[in-house]
Amino acid sequence: MSQKEKRYQSFSGIPLKDLYSPTDLDSIGFDYNQDLNKSGQYPYTRGIRSGMYRDELWIMGQYSGFGSAEEANLRYRYLLEQGQTGFSVALDLPTQIGLDSDNPLSRGEVGKVGVAIDSLEDIEKLFDGIPLEKVRQIRTTANSIGPVMTALIVAFAEKNENDPNMIKVLVQNDPLKEYFARGTYVFPPDAAVKLAVDVIEYCAQRLTNWVPMALSGYHIRESGSTAVQELAFCYADGMSYFKDAVGRGLNIDQFAPKLYTFFTAQMDLLEEVAKFRAARRVWAKIIKEQYGANNPDSMKLSILAYTAGGMLTAQQPLNNVVRVTIEALAAVLGGVQTLATSSYDEAFSIPTEQAVTVALRTQQIIANESGIVNTVDPLGGGYAVESLTAAIEKGVNEYIERIIELGGAVECIRSGFFQKELAKEAYKYQKSIESGEKIVVGLNAYQSEDEEEIPIFAADPETEARQVKRLNELKRRRDSLQLAGAMDSLRKDAVAGKNIIPAAVTAVKAYATLGEITECLKEVYGTYKDPGIY
Amino acid sequence: MRKKIRVLIGKPGLDGHDRGAKVIASALRDAGMEVVYTGLRQTPEQIVASAIQEDVQMIGLSILSGAHNVLVESIMARLRQEGINDILVIVGGIIPQADRQRLKEMGVGAVFGPGSQSEEIVGFIKAHFEKKAS
Repeated sequence: MSQKEKRYQSFSGIPLKDLYSPTDLDSIGFDYNQDLNKSGQYPYTRGIRSGMYRDELWIMGQYSGFGSAEEANLRYRYLLEQGQTGFSVALDLPTQIGLDSDNPLSRGEVGKVGVAIDSLEDIEKLFDGIPLEKVRQIRTTANSIGPVMTALIVAFAEKNENDPNMIKVLVQNDPLKEYFARGTYVFPPDAAVKLAVDVIEYCAQRLTNWVPMALSGYHIRESGSTAVQELAFCYADGMSYFKDAVGRGLNIDQFAPKLYTFFTAQMDLLEEVAKFRAARRVWAKIIKEQYGANNPDSMKLSILAYTAGGMLTAQQPLNNVVRVTIEALAAVLGGVQTLATSSYDEAFSIPTEQAVTVALRTQQIIANESGIVNTVDPLGGGYAVESLTAAIEKGVNEYIERIIELGGAVECIRSGFFQKELAKEAYKYQKSIESGEKIVVGLNAYQSEDEEEIPIFAADPETEARQVKRLNELKRRRDSLQLAGAMDSLRKDAVAGKNIIPAAVTAVKAYATLGEITECLKEVYGTYKDPGIY
Repeated sequence: MRKKIRVLIGKPGLDGHDRGAKVIASALRDAGMEVVYTGLRQTPEQIVASAIQEDVQMIGLSILSGAHNVLVESIMARLRQEGINDILVIVGGIIPQADRQRLKEMGVGAVFGPGSQSEEIVGFIKAHFEKKAS
């Protein structure tokens, strides 16, 4: 294809000019004070803190966990020794959807994509010997089970006579995207909103250091969306939770300051930098103008970025180190607060220790050697970056309006609108790869005949049997009277529409399992079945 | 005119990654096949029951969670129990090299890993049924 015929556009399809100039900024009515302002000043386009990384580096926290709690515990300790400043507890699929390891549906899945957590006993082993108060952020991918994970960590701290608020926990707790982008739904969407807001409410009242929700665009993007849809669908999900929270009498300023968003860091560096900047500007305006926030902290958007897992290739896997570096640069140039970097072997399995170390070192090299941390928002003011930032902001606002017209996020899930939009974009992307319109090195261009072999993580085949055995022993040991009473209170609170977390804390202290609690809640709220819309 | 190839795309187990399954469903449909996609979290029993009910000639399984050995074995056993031996089963997803042979020994026709092109998958399926017809 000659350069003239080629359509120039961003990864997400935003048309690009060959040269941007002051005229482009004039044409969008660019105004420094209104559109950018200083870092730490509304609308926070340039960053939420005045000094940004001069004040404090982003939190480096890898997404990790596998096998049993003991195995995951060793990986966290290792990564903290290597200079990681946070960590993320990856949960296995049975845990994420509230099934115990001995459930027949859990067969083959226990400890596979994350660690298996059945009860408080596993949490005790998971955190054993880790100085939790010193870790800057402990994340967990609890979404549909957000309230139960909250209860487990609260119970863990209280049992050890520690203040749970001293542990800085981030609960992902964004179940709505599970219905169209990630798949670990449990309850019907309305009930999921209620339960997620239980966490927001509980944290607003008692755990003010916790992040009660990380509104996730990441999985939406990984499922095929454009950058604009990533932000728009994510914020529309957020509005569903906020509506419930405000309906309970919570004020936006009681919970918004601690909220996080979770976005992908994709390969198109400039588009991604613009996306992170636009994300802050759109958020600040929504929270201020639509929700009437008064506290500036409510308007400051904290961002967790994770490099795009879907861009990792199984072909020539060492090339993934370069991809992750570019994506991580986009996140840092975009001013994020937390960064997780993918390991180069993730197209094969969960990472080996060596691969995850390289991923962490990538962040440390950017932080200590690249020099980009010394200047706040160094790309700000660039004609191209500001034009892209404005284009994304406009696109997101228009999309959010459309979603609201369609009845909001929950309705867009029910009608299949979100699912169809994502499937359409994912298929379009695949076709662009197969036609060669988009080039991915090693995949559809520059292929190698002889692929290098890399070491692959081998899961312990005995993990599942061991976990089931431990669970069965626990079930025999428990005080059944205490347990029955706690479960009865939980059911009563759920039926009465109360916040279920206090009762869940009591239940997990009696060693009720995650599966038992989820089963009880399913009886009250019902379940959901994926209609398979594409 | 030859009858269209009927296929079922299934996501067995608890894995929620359905991007690949949906892309393949669209690609097979565009290649002229009749596609049934049964959605997330199907048990082996449900997948086999749907395959019988929908009278499909092929089952495409997408698994990225690492549970493929257990799930595929269970589906293949279920098919045998039902006395079915003429449905082509193919698997896509994150399947380590060492397990690919194992799945084929269970009776899986082909395994497609990350980066597979839909053309390649369509080609494999069409060649399989043309060979059978001749």
